[in-house]
Amino acid sequence: MDSRPHQDTSGSFFSSSSDKLQLYSYWQSSCSWRVRFALNLKKFERLNPLHFVPVLVDGDLVVSDSFAILLYLEEKYPQNALLPVDAKCRAVNLQAASIVTSSMQPLHMLSVLKYIEEKVGPEERQSWAEYHIGKGFAALEKLLKDFAGRYATGDEICMADVFLAPQISVAVMRFKFDMSKFPTLCRIYEANKVLPAFQASLPERQPDASID
Amino acid sequence: MAANSSDCTDKEQPKLKLYSYWRSSCSWRARIALNLKGLSYEYKAVNLLKGEQFSPEFSKLNPINYVPVLVDEDIVIADSFAILMYLDEKYPQHPLLPCDLQKKAINFQAANIVSSSIQPLQNLLVLNYIEEKLGSDEKIAWAQNQIGRGFSALEKLLEGISGRYATGDEIYLADVFLAPQIHAAITRFKLDMNSLSF
Repeated sequence: MDSRPHQDTSGSFFSSSSDKLQLYSYWQSSCSWRVRFALNLKKFERLNPLHFVPVLVDGDLVVSDSFAILLYLEEKYPQNALLPVDAKCRAVNLQAASIVTSSMQPLHMLSVLKYIEEKVGPEERQSWAEYHIGKGFAALEKLLKDFAGRYATGDEICMADVFLAPQISVAVMRFKFDMSKFPTLCRIYEANKVLPAFQASLPERQPDASID
Repeated sequence: MAANSSDCTDKEQPKLKLYSYWRSSCSWRARIALNLKGLSYEYKAVNLLKGEQFSPEFSKLNPINYVPVLVDEDIVIADSFAILMYLDEKYPQHPLLPCDLQKKAINFQAANIVSSSIQPLQNLLVLNYIEEKLGSDEKIAWAQNQIGRGFSALEKLLEGISGRYATGDEIYLADVFLAPQIHAAITRFKLDMNSLSF
């Protein structure tokens, strides 16, 4: 589930050639991060800060939810396509995206962790997060082991990378998760990390970034 | 339990197999899509409660041990969303997505509200954990709360857009995700749809 809006969020303006694309983003949200990463890959430029968590405004059209936004962008702006043509490879990308967006991120979002902490206990919060993150990464490692090239599903960057890279970063930075059991995922992450599109999408580079 | 085809002759029918658990809403989405497209398939039951998803045969097919899994000749696809997109591209009869881009985006949003914001928070694993740690009453309250919030979001999203179906007068992706989730909410979690404040 995409992040709930925070009171102090602001966002980013991305311009397309028609100058009408606005992204409402929260710097720390991995869901917002996916969309920033994808917009950068599709060569949209960032302009000014604005508000909230992934909501994309494209002219009259408003799309929320990071997965929906990414699929919309893929249809409307096919440059630097993020979904491959090959049916199986396409399916693997969608499956990888689903694992992140359905099996991982919703289980460690703030509201769920708060609930666990309050109702079950503070020590449970971390073990719960680690369990679900570990389960998801184990699934992704198995899925991508035979598909990965330089990137998640080959030698071109695709949708799976867009979901994976922020998720790995958040797991490591926020939950101190040990990625050493997932060599394929680590390798994919290292390849993604150096891309200018990824660097520009980093949370700490966003206009609303602050030291909490 | 195999679906019946109404549109294709035997010669034209692809050899599809669906690995499914009868009660899994994710499996259900795939069954609906196959039926809408008039595709017959061999139903392969995987009993999640008995741990059949961990059998050597199924693990070889899907090392991640999830259902549903679709097998189309030599192509194996897991994950309900990936399966639906694959089916829609390969078998375009009864498209699951409208042509209009705004409506298409709304269908994606609705599908993802169900598959990310609702279903993962009320699946077996999570509910077992909550029941074990906090008891049965808390488990039901949790499930109803998560589902209720998700349904509120969906109600807002589809306001002014729905017709006979979720996004108009044709069945699309949003319906395929929504129907099993509403069914589960009512039958398994006894959610009173009238009590939700929209």
